[in-house]
Amino acid sequence: MHRREWVYGWLFLTPALVFLFAFTHYPAFNTILGSFFSTPKGRKPAEFIGLENYRDLVADEVFWKVLTNNFWFALGTIPISVALALLMALWVNGRLRGTTLSRVAFFAPTVLPLIAVANIWMFFYTPGFGLIDQFRSGLFGLPAINLLGNPDTVLGAVIVVAIWKEAGFFMIFYLAALQSIPPVLREAADIEGASSFYYLRRVLFPLLMPTTLFVSINAVINSFRLVDHIFVMTDGGPDNASSLLLFYIYEVAFKYWQTGYAATLTVVMLVLLSILAIGQFFLFDRKVHYQ
Amino acid sequence: MTCFGKRYAMAAAAATVFTIGTASSALAVELEFYFPVAVGGAAADTIEELTEQYMAENPDVEIDAVYAGSYQETVTKALTAARGGKPPQLSVILSVDMFTLIDEDVIMPFDDLVETDEDQAWLESFYPAFMENSQTGGKTYGIPFQRSTPVLYWNKDAFAEAGLDPETPPATWEEMIEMGKKLVVKDDQGNVQRWGVRIPSSGFPYWLFQGLTTQNDVILANSDGNETSFDDPKVIESLQYLVDLSQKHEIMAPGIIEWGATPKAFFEGQTAMMWTSTGNLTNVRDNAPFDFGVGMLPANVRRGAPTGGGNFFIFNDADDEQKAAAFDFVQWITEPEQSATWTIATGYVAPRPDTWETTTMQAYTSDFPAALVARDQLEHAVAELSTHENQRVTTLFNDALAAAITGTKSPAEALAEAQQKADAILEDYR
Amino acid sequence: MNLLRRRGFDFGVILNSVAMWTLAILWALPLLYAIWTAFHPAAYETRFVLSAPLTLDNFVKAWNAAPFARYFLNTFMLVTMILASQFILCTLAAFAFARFRFPGRSILFSLVLLQLLVMPDILIVENYKTIRALGLVDTIVAIGLPYIASGFGIFLLRQTFMSIPRELDDAARIEGCSFIGLLWRVYIPLARPTYLAYGLVSVSHHWNNFLWPLIITNSVETRPVTVGLSVFSAVDAGIEWSVINAATLMTSGPLLLGFLLFQRQFVQSFMRAGIR
Repeated sequence: MHRREWVYGWLFLTPALVFLFAFTHYPAFNTILGSFFSTPKGRKPAEFIGLENYRDLVADEVFWKVLTNNFWFALGTIPISVALALLMALWVNGRLRGTTLSRVAFFAPTVLPLIAVANIWMFFYTPGFGLIDQFRSGLFGLPAINLLGNPDTVLGAVIVVAIWKEAGFFMIFYLAALQSIPPVLREAADIEGASSFYYLRRVLFPLLMPTTLFVSINAVINSFRLVDHIFVMTDGGPDNASSLLLFYIYEVAFKYWQTGYAATLTVVMLVLLSILAIGQFFLFDRKVHYQ
Repeated sequence: MTCFGKRYAMAAAAATVFTIGTASSALAVELEFYFPVAVGGAAADTIEELTEQYMAENPDVEIDAVYAGSYQETVTKALTAARGGKPPQLSVILSVDMFTLIDEDVIMPFDDLVETDEDQAWLESFYPAFMENSQTGGKTYGIPFQRSTPVLYWNKDAFAEAGLDPETPPATWEEMIEMGKKLVVKDDQGNVQRWGVRIPSSGFPYWLFQGLTTQNDVILANSDGNETSFDDPKVIESLQYLVDLSQKHEIMAPGIIEWGATPKAFFEGQTAMMWTSTGNLTNVRDNAPFDFGVGMLPANVRRGAPTGGGNFFIFNDADDEQKAAAFDFVQWITEPEQSATWTIATGYVAPRPDTWETTTMQAYTSDFPAALVARDQLEHAVAELSTHENQRVTTLFNDALAAAITGTKSPAEALAEAQQKADAILEDYR
Repeated sequence: MNLLRRRGFDFGVILNSVAMWTLAILWALPLLYAIWTAFHPAAYETRFVLSAPLTLDNFVKAWNAAPFARYFLNTFMLVTMILASQFILCTLAAFAFARFRFPGRSILFSLVLLQLLVMPDILIVENYKTIRALGLVDTIVAIGLPYIASGFGIFLLRQTFMSIPRELDDAARIEGCSFIGLLWRVYIPLARPTYLAYGLVSVSHHWNNFLWPLIITNSVETRPVTVGLSVFSAVDAGIEWSVINAATLMTSGPLLLGFLLFQRQFVQSFMRAGIR
């Protein structure tokens, strides 16, 4: 019987494995390899140049700017979208009026393509007659503000769009988790005279840890992945103030056609992603309380 | 017990979807032609009409005109396609990407397709200003098609309100500042409701900036495309003038100004003057709720403007029949009648003098003299900034301009750095 | 589960209600604005006068300005192709991990999990080279290929399969079913909520995917709606918000509608799939 299992096991697995290797593991490996080669130009093929790409990377101030931006972007989007998601789920799960509409409102951004909503947000941010400025001048008489055209505020503006996009998606996970918590726990807490906050902190949070872990890892991955709106809203500007790593990789690879350097940048992103996600996993693992 | 039946059906269904997926993307076309959708819906429709017309007159040729996005996206697409082994046969691409296309070895010179004296005469029939970005090494690689220069639009009603002569735009840098100051309107709280002038700086600030540098009598790059002069004192001066418009004279909004929102801002009365492409002419004519004027950009040492827009390029990787057909199509579409149709629909400048002589154009321009401004400005126009590795060099120049405009760096500092970086890139090409 | 019953007086309820409604309105603003501009003429893009005339012109203009019909077809084919392939591949793989014992099982599973992290979205440069080597640049198949083997799908299905009692296995085997039959008759039906949840996530993700399709497609015959929309809104002249927003609504309409109709099932299937 065992031999048959082997054969069947491998047989069933092979189709998926082929594609996985072809489009995940092989490219990842090749990227690392390719980062040690120069970019082929016209008829000249790629040649081995060792760590030169990495030296260029360290000397590239745009890279450092982009990395810093991504760091702030991650710091801005991850905690806020996870927290908002939990808040939304708690609200929507309760007995307030208008939860159905609210749920629709919170989740709708998820189904809209980011590239599409970027246009809408760009209008909001337009100085003078954009919605935000209309609010500011109409209600408060404030002067026009150029959020996207100012390097100090542009990253914040971009972060807001990302949070708006993903919080609703995470809300669904929390909602599912909340709905599967046995009501008996709540009743027990009531009987014991525990306050809502106590319940939240001591009972809900620990129980929701697996979801929080799952959602946070997703948020980390998203903080590298969500760059579509930059194409429309700022094109990385002004002066790379809103450029993120994946966007920079796209520019280097498909605008400047420097494939060697692009591979190097991708390696950096892979390393960062691995560290962050695995690190998160271990951090949470201690706190996770599985049912 | 049928454990298998349905499974096979599913597999068959999946296979069908797979096949549809591959098959439908291999529709047969004779010529594939990428072009940038640059001026809203009208341009795309006109291109389609023109291609249909050509195909009607030439039934053995099939042309698939493909929307490829902005200028940036079009060149990316064309190169991606070329590298992927399926390039288009011809494409309208930003004229300044010529060096990149040559370096990547994807285009061929038109001279190789010239056979008759007529062909040669046609090749030489374009405005020299437009040919500057189309030729190198003694050969012609691009044929001008949707070319433009930036022009100054002004709101005549606003001028009248401010006590200025509505028929006279500013002719010099100083006048622009003076008039701008009179045109600024503030509300009771001191917030600006209307700015004097609007020079957009998002996306590709270098283009309009080149207007300023040309007016200050300095050229940004040499014709071989391997040397730039970003840190020339006259360039620094021009950038300082631009920065001062918002920071010192307060006649322009601070920070980066969005290109796409500029016409709207003009229509909404948020600015009394705007610098933008003549390609916007039809848009402004159709939508401005007030009387407006179009004039040449103001002079400093001299009048000046960059040229802009796209050329036709024919790709290497096509068979001789396709190349001949493409060549014929390009010749046809640049003929006076077709060129006139295109110009009138969009506002781009007809690139050949004889187009302007046609009755259609004469009628149009007598009805709408604003269309002549860009053409007349050609006398003062220079080549658009173009170098090897154009995208990289232009981007770092744009970044420097953005840094100065937002006040992060001083003009001198930003431009010095830009020059350094450009040198590092262009060294290899000298 | 009610967090709010504690407060004897409804103050907590009121506070929470107002806060929730405010956030919901803020969250809905972009969509509401898109709807406003799409149905009103361009002059009202920035003026929110209630008596403004309604119009369908923008939709007509948008539809005519770019071949959206073709884009929709492309997206539909793409999403269907990806979903079908994912179901097949991931089901087989998950079943293998859940029910078979074979050497290298744990290592292979961790390699699968790696894909959760190292998504195709990140490996655009290399994947482009692979697709080019296969000669598939600018095909719809190429857009989907990197995503077909989904680590997430395998992970979910494996979890679900592992929770199915082995007695059912034995019962089916006794009746003479092969492994495939077992899958088809027992496992797949029981894992339906997981398939639904995963399907919804996959469809939504691939409908909205932009960067990879942007890179790998060039022509109208292969472009999905997201790329089509970005191409359409890349005007060097001025942005016509009313038309662009009409196009935006058109392209996200189907998904939005689908969500509105199926939101209950969506949440429920997540619950029953055990994603928490």
